[in-house]
Amino acid sequence: MSFITGVGLTSYGKHEGSSSLDLMSKAAELAIADAGLKRSEIDGILCGYSTVSPHIMLATVFAEHFGIQPSYAHAVQVGGATGLAMTMLAHHLVDAGVAKHVLVVGGENRLTGQSRDASIQALAQVGHPDYEVTLGPTIPAYYGLVASRYMHEYGVTQEDLAEFAVLMRAHALAHPGAQFHEPITVADVMASKPVAMPLKLLDCCPVSDGGAAFVISRGPTSATGIRVRGCAQAHTHQHVTAAPRLSELGAEIAIAKAKAASGVAISDVRYAAVYDSFTITLAMLLEDLGLAGRGEAAARVRAGHFGRNGAMPLNTHGGLLSYGHCGVGGAMAHLVETHLQMTERAGPRQVRDASIALLHGDGGVLSSHVSMFLERVR
Amino acid sequence: MTDKLTDWTKGAEAIVYQSCDACGAVQYFDRSFCAACGAPDPAQKRASGTATVYATSLVCRAATPETRAHVPYNIVLVDAEEGFRMMAHGDDDLAIGDKVTARYRQFAGRLVPYFERIK
Repeated sequence: MSFITGVGLTSYGKHEGSSSLDLMSKAAELAIADAGLKRSEIDGILCGYSTVSPHIMLATVFAEHFGIQPSYAHAVQVGGATGLAMTMLAHHLVDAGVAKHVLVVGGENRLTGQSRDASIQALAQVGHPDYEVTLGPTIPAYYGLVASRYMHEYGVTQEDLAEFAVLMRAHALAHPGAQFHEPITVADVMASKPVAMPLKLLDCCPVSDGGAAFVISRGPTSATGIRVRGCAQAHTHQHVTAAPRLSELGAEIAIAKAKAASGVAISDVRYAAVYDSFTITLAMLLEDLGLAGRGEAAARVRAGHFGRNGAMPLNTHGGLLSYGHCGVGGAMAHLVETHLQMTERAGPRQVRDASIALLHGDGGVLSSHVSMFLERVR
Repeated sequence: MTDKLTDWTKGAEAIVYQSCDACGAVQYFDRSFCAACGAPDPAQKRASGTATVYATSLVCRAATPETRAHVPYNIVLVDAEEGFRMMAHGDDDLAIGDKVTARYRQFAGRLVPYFERIK
């Protein structure tokens, strides 16, 4: 058994002058305080990576910097799925008795620490060095390929995709830490600059500075326990050229295994936190996870289903699309927000009932997947 | 093992794939073994260049000075008639399902496969 006992999150956007270690430290401090623990009680550290400051031993670089001497520490790299993959590992580590309190941390000055082109170029290297990268694709282009095929197969339109950007922006307006605070419309998304068609600028998440952290513990440290009920991964390929079928990706495999591991059904879920690097990512994942029928996710957005007061509140902090994306920390913000919702600390964003939550992370080009169910226990 | 065929990734106007004598699987990324069954030395073959468009994305925002000179350029995934999928460039107006044939163009200082619609 494992519990998420503390969460920490910085604002996303520009943190001029902050290093990746600074942002990780800030988030870690918040998470440890939130768990009601002392630094000395943390005996495990898992961290992600920083494209701005790459290091072969980032976890121990961070541990030394932060002033912790853990009995278990290393970095994890699964692209955008890293945060949930670390949480899954922490869950198993505390469950197995390897550590008592594992700090999971990610943070990067990705916006101010390097040029946007350098960031886009660094990420494009997930492509095959000989057979893909030489053709000049960008991350939006990989997802643009996926989008074109998905739209073709299920009759999804660019206006449909725009709905997800509008929803995430509407949610971000209620979070002071979000990168964007100007409302947008479907027309704004449609009129935004083409990036890699069918994806336009407002279909894409921004590059951000920020940090996020959690503490995963063997038992609750406060009256409300948020338990990891079950989780699973699926890794179907690395390169989009080698993807099995663009319309049948690993999310379906991961969610099926997570349901089996947890005994939770989609109909039990009250809150959803789903990876949204691009509007197409969110549309596809919602349908892969069974939170909407094929080609029907956009209609559910229009009907208010995924809004704060809807039947399935989704990414109420604004997601990667509008809270921001600082690399590993990016999707960790989804879990922080889920925790705040589940513990009824989300303030003006609080939803009616977040007793059972589904989280899903995606790394690479829809290639690595982690699904997780969290449950509130008194 | 026979000498390797040279393909576009090495600057030759050719698309090369591998097929496994043991299990019959075909693969596009060059390896010394079959990724489906593990058998060694899959046979190298030259593809005809005839394919069907599977997906497209017109890149309008490039990330390097070399590629920026070419925008917009269309990145495509095509299904070759031999049974493998590959990434390439293609005509800007290609649609999913179009039958295409391979030509070659210079892109950012390299030779790349470029698919045109079969008239």
